[in-house]
Amino acid sequence: MLRHILSRLVRSFLTLMLVMTFAFLVLRLSGDPALILLGPDAPQDAINAFRERWGLNDPIWKQYLAYLVQLLTLDFGVSMRDQVPALDLVLSRIPATLAITLPALLLKIGLGIPAGVYAALHRQSIADRGVITLSILGFTVPSFVLGLLLVLVFAVQLGWLPSGGQEGVEHALLPILTLSVGGIGIMARFARSAMIEVLGQPYIRTAMAKGLSWRSVVWKHALPNAAVPIVTLLGFMIGSLIAGAAVVESIFSWPGVGRLIVTAVANRDLAVVQALLLVIASSMIVANFLVDLAYGLLDPRLRSRRAAH
Amino acid sequence: MTSVEATLESSAKRSLLSRLRLNLPFLIWVSLLWLIAMLLVAVFADQMRPYAITKMDLSARMAAPGTPGHLLGTDDLGRDVLSRLMQSIRVSLVIAFGATLLSAVVGTGLGFLAAQFRGWVEGAVMALADFQAALPFLIMSLAVLAFFGNSMVLLVCLMGFYGWERYARIARGLAISASAQGYAGAVLQLGATPARVYLRHILPNVASTLIVSMTLTFPEIILMESGLSFLGLGVQPPQSSLGNMVGFGREYLTQAPWIMLAPSFVIVMTTLSISLLGDWLRDRLDPTLR
Amino acid sequence: MSVLLQASGLCQQYTTGTTLFKHPTVVRAVDSIDLEIREGEIVGIVGESGSGKSTLGRMLLGIEPPYRGELTWRGAPMPAPGTPEWRRLRREMQLIFQDPLAALDRRMTIADQIGEPFEIHGLVPREAIRDRVSELMGKVGLRPDQAGRYPHELSGGQRQRVVIARALAMAPKFLVCDEPVSALDVSIQAQVVNLLYDLQLEEGLTMVFISHDLKVVRNLCDRVVVMYLGRIVEEGPADEIFANPRHPYTQALVSSVPSAGRGHAKRILLQGDPPNPASRPSGCAFHPRCHLADAACKARAPALIRDGHRLAACLKLRAAPNQDQIREIHA
Repeated sequence: MLRHILSRLVRSFLTLMLVMTFAFLVLRLSGDPALILLGPDAPQDAINAFRERWGLNDPIWKQYLAYLVQLLTLDFGVSMRDQVPALDLVLSRIPATLAITLPALLLKIGLGIPAGVYAALHRQSIADRGVITLSILGFTVPSFVLGLLLVLVFAVQLGWLPSGGQEGVEHALLPILTLSVGGIGIMARFARSAMIEVLGQPYIRTAMAKGLSWRSVVWKHALPNAAVPIVTLLGFMIGSLIAGAAVVESIFSWPGVGRLIVTAVANRDLAVVQALLLVIASSMIVANFLVDLAYGLLDPRLRSRRAAH
Repeated sequence: MTSVEATLESSAKRSLLSRLRLNLPFLIWVSLLWLIAMLLVAVFADQMRPYAITKMDLSARMAAPGTPGHLLGTDDLGRDVLSRLMQSIRVSLVIAFGATLLSAVVGTGLGFLAAQFRGWVEGAVMALADFQAALPFLIMSLAVLAFFGNSMVLLVCLMGFYGWERYARIARGLAISASAQGYAGAVLQLGATPARVYLRHILPNVASTLIVSMTLTFPEIILMESGLSFLGLGVQPPQSSLGNMVGFGREYLTQAPWIMLAPSFVIVMTTLSISLLGDWLRDRLDPTLR
Repeated sequence: MSVLLQASGLCQQYTTGTTLFKHPTVVRAVDSIDLEIREGEIVGIVGESGSGKSTLGRMLLGIEPPYRGELTWRGAPMPAPGTPEWRRLRREMQLIFQDPLAALDRRMTIADQIGEPFEIHGLVPREAIRDRVSELMGKVGLRPDQAGRYPHELSGGQRQRVVIARALAMAPKFLVCDEPVSALDVSIQAQVVNLLYDLQLEEGLTMVFISHDLKVVRNLCDRVVVMYLGRIVEEGPADEIFANPRHPYTQALVSSVPSAGRGHAKRILLQGDPPNPASRPSGCAFHPRCHLADAACKARAPALIRDGHRLAACLKLRAAPNQDQIREIHA
């Protein structure tokens, strides 16, 4: 078990290194970092000082190492627009994002999984068809379309809910709704196919033949086994807690991380973009790692086996 | 070789046709028709469009759908929505096709390389796949767009990175299982070069799974590109894509919702059709493979 | 008869379990094998699973490079697998697989697959390929109307015939058959074995026939090599081995094969578990299951003792004994 954890840790660390290298490459390839990070209008002395400070005259491998050190000491530079440290800016936006993504995630789990499981247990029923249809709509309707439609209906036509800003709870409702609909659909579909696959396995038939009630079979045998693929999807959704709301936040002018990245990209505020990239990647890597651990706990087959691929 | 191809083709056609006649669900018919219509629009946009996309008619700004001469109305600058829609369909579909193909070719190639050489090559490819999975694609593309600016070519290449890791994993898995004890090993010891084994044997066997994967990534790429364009970071004016039409239409949501509704409808219908088709294809292809 | 293939000191090992934290385990699949294959003969290689016979078969064809040891074909060293010389050499030697369905591409017709070697080696013009394919199909007993069939549409025996036809396309001199009939129904096994025998006579093939089924080996082979845990424990002309097995393992194997008039009267049953190459017993690898084993057998691994055409590796043998003498010694 310890081996498993350690190898996963190593893998996560390697991925993190790759992300940092990616950021480094992108930064270097796109032009002179001094000009980019300080802006084209910066005075020459400031540019020279910057180059000195960041060792831009050093050989490339030295710059790479210096860059890594810089990142590991959490120095991401300063936001061009707001003149605050980029990392602080990013971190300050996280609560706002979580305020809408967490409830959405809870809805996805709380509604999506039961819906999917129910549909799997009652194949060909109206509920089953309903779940499939809704889930298909969920992942074919892009979030911006859905968001705008909801605004059209609830804010414009009906006037029930506000269309933007962050003043009160009612402002969060539409964003949360937009975020959850697609995810509920995907989760339901996934849970449904996972359950269907599990229910078709020979050990379910054995359990029935042993005389167990259908209820026991479902709760004790089917669900725990179906949980494994569902956990994968869940892990991905947890990983996107911070990152997944860019479009929705833009539509509803919700001051979260997603909105920050859109404005930072539009303004070419590269220090902030860099910080966002790394923070988001780290959160996803951590989430994946935790999911891998959860896997190991859930699926005893994985505990004793060595790395899969 | 040709006689065999003919036999293969005719038997595949026969079964396809018989399957078609027997029970092609209504929804699949609708999806197919919609997609064919979209393809025709994409190819013949120039001929079919009533107006040029930049032609402004300031006297008829924000005209509702149905006004004479403008089937779908006009936008805030008096430009015909229908014409812009057709052009957008072409742009979005071209990007999506290009990107899907690129991603499939790159992904399959890398997957085969990983399977063939194992060792550090495989490790490197898998690490890259992990990296791709670690970053949400939207974020990564936003970062690249921020640093490198915007151009059509960059956009297509960027979209081409979407989903390659899925093809890579599939191709690698299938290639590995085909090797050694399987037919790949058998043909190798007949004296074939590895290239021949991959191109003549493994690839055709992998093709149907790959095609199904392509039908899954294609709508996702459309959605991704639309999302980026909606945010103003994808396709830039004067080019118009479905996403940036929705983006422009957002401002006039209350006054002229059709500006945003028309392209939204097209996006939803197109992705829906391809998803349904892909699902149906997968159901059809899998049992016969067994 | 000239020597086609000469193997000396062949060893093969695999290392498994290489992770960051575990000690890798080394598995010796084949250990110090010396073997000579002469032109025109049919050599049988017998053993249980884990004996290394399949690995040896692949090494003899050069498909697997040996960890140690040398292999020469007609006096020249066997080229490394994947090199152009090795690929050219495939025209002279081929492998018949245990599972014909796995060895064939399910998307190609059998005619195309039989014709594939012609395409690969490019020695025959396109138009002529079809005729050669028909010829080969006739030789292995396939009907011409089956040319357009796919492997999954044929029976197991027919599929194996396809594999054989494809292997014969380049008119090779040497054929290694790795359990070619084990996956087939018993009634079909005889047909395919007979086919191989006839082909051997007609084409003048040299064959190595790997099997765990002694009945087939007895009918087909001139010479028999018995393997246990990667080593040769006995070798000799087939009829002599079957009439007069010397190594206790061979004796047990032979006693399990019924023969007319003898039945199962003197059947020797082996105790213990089948061998695991990953954990090799000390000394003579067979000692845990041998009813003749003693402390010496546990300590020292026996060498192959030559007696005319026969070789055997057992500490309990004296020079040149026969079956009855063995019984006396062991009594």
